Amino acid sequence: MKTEQTESILLEPTKKGLKEPVIEILNLYKSFGSQEVLKDLSLKLFDGENLVVLGKSGSGKSVLIKCIVGLLRSDSGTIHVFNQDVTTISRKDLDEVRQKIGFLFQSGALYDSMTVKENLEFPLKRMKKQLNQKEIDDKILEALENVGLPEVIYKMPSQLSGGMRKRISLARTIVVDPLIMLYDEPTTGLDPVTSDEISLLINEVQKKYKTSSIIITHDIECARATADRLIMLRDGEVYMEGSLNKFENSTDKIIKSFFK
Amino acid sequence: MKINIPITKAKEIARHQTLKLSEKTIAKSEAANNILTDFADVILFTTHLIKETFSRKFEVREFFNQCFKIGNKTLPLISVTGTIMGLVLTIQSRPVLVRFGAETILPGMVAVSLIREMGPVITALICAGKVASGMGAELGSMKVTEQIEAMEVSSTHPMRFLVVTRVLAATIMIPLLILYADALGILGSWIGANIKGDVSFILFTSQAFSHIGFIDFLPAVLKSIFFGAVIGLVGCYKGYNAGRGTESVGKAANSAVVLASLLVLIVDMIAVQITDMLAI
Repeated sequence: MKTEQTESILLEPTKKGLKEPVIEILNLYKSFGSQEVLKDLSLKLFDGENLVVLGKSGSGKSVLIKCIVGLLRSDSGTIHVFNQDVTTISRKDLDEVRQKIGFLFQSGALYDSMTVKENLEFPLKRMKKQLNQKEIDDKILEALENVGLPEVIYKMPSQLSGGMRKRISLARTIVVDPLIMLYDEPTTGLDPVTSDEISLLINEVQKKYKTSSIIITHDIECARATADRLIMLRDGEVYMEGSLNKFENSTDKIIKSFFK
Repeated sequence: MKINIPITKAKEIARHQTLKLSEKTIAKSEAANNILTDFADVILFTTHLIKETFSRKFEVREFFNQCFKIGNKTLPLISVTGTIMGLVLTIQSRPVLVRFGAETILPGMVAVSLIREMGPVITALICAGKVASGMGAELGSMKVTEQIEAMEVSSTHPMRFLVVTRVLAATIMIPLLILYADALGILGSWIGANIKGDVSFILFTSQAFSHIGFIDFLPAVLKSIFFGAVIGLVGCYKGYNAGRGTESVGKAANSAVVLASLLVLIVDMIAVQITDMLAI
């Protein structure tokens, strides 16, 4: 029984003045065979905010952000990104929307056969706006400096540690100046110190690049460090939504089990 | 003889039999469904591949990179097997030809069998093992580690970047490797002929080429192109459609080799039938 289920998913964001939604999801359904993963899910991501999506494994968190970038097709419902419904737009328009979105994969997803520099070059060379080699090199160096790893530019991903790979992966997503960042379990598999560093980086990216972010996680420390607003998913539905304070003070058993 | 069974018992037996029958039917229909789904997948994959091949944005750099990789990786192996092919064929055939006093046709016989059949098939089978498994494992691991999805998110069509370039590179490079293996096969044959005899390289090759013409090369090159396409297609299909776990990478590589080798032999059989029908 949901004791503190939110009455409306369209709560105002906790930060003052952030009211323009950049992502608006309405009545989203997604199932794999007979297993329903997302059920009538609706949410909004407002301009400039960090929205943390919490939930147990298998609650549909990763599926949600994969639907947002069109990696998975939803069964029904709408997903508006910058007022364009990504569930119905053409491939060409979807590619343009994707250029405004940075996606940090859980595994980092660095291209094994390329050096760090080539990994960062890859999305830059495929941008609609053509850049010359000097501009590309400058952007790569800037992104690497922002994640604190300019010295690994000519290394292969296999020569990097888990935390370094995550940072380089973050550099690859921010190098194209995204307006929205989607983080899929950014701290999973990392030690507490590196996890904290990644959480700090997420906040720095938000400030520096003025991004709006959805952070999928079940790491409460990461949620505490980065969240402007939180959503708890349970069995593919929004179980609770609100500020960090609301979650911390909740008497709901399930929420309490997360915020021990 | 009439057997009296209570109506409730009869109903139960009928229900049990029906259930058993429907379970079997469901199992059979699921197996048939899987085969049909796989077949549909292959058709869709090939259609998508053809569509992307003729799209305006061709990944030229990646195509040349793949051509280099295929050639560079397989060249030493092909060199060794090509030479051994010619050498063994000569050593095995020589005593029989000597017995019939037909030793002079040895270079021509070896050249024809190498160029028309042995060279293309054996080289293609080696490439199926080396290239198809490499593609299956590489794309499979890219799938498992979300690299293909990362590519898609950065507005790159993975089909165009990964699959089209690899299939085209295999289609072009494998026939070239086959011709190279044929040439080394003739060299190996000359070495074989010199183990128990003495013949100059120029005389040997001129005798070999006097027995072969353009008509021998044409079907061999044409079927080599199909071998290359099949090897590239199977390797990419298996890798691109690998499952989620690391186990699926091994499965993709393994099944790519098996299926590519089988298809090479099937294509060869069809090609032989066609050339026979056309009396080429």
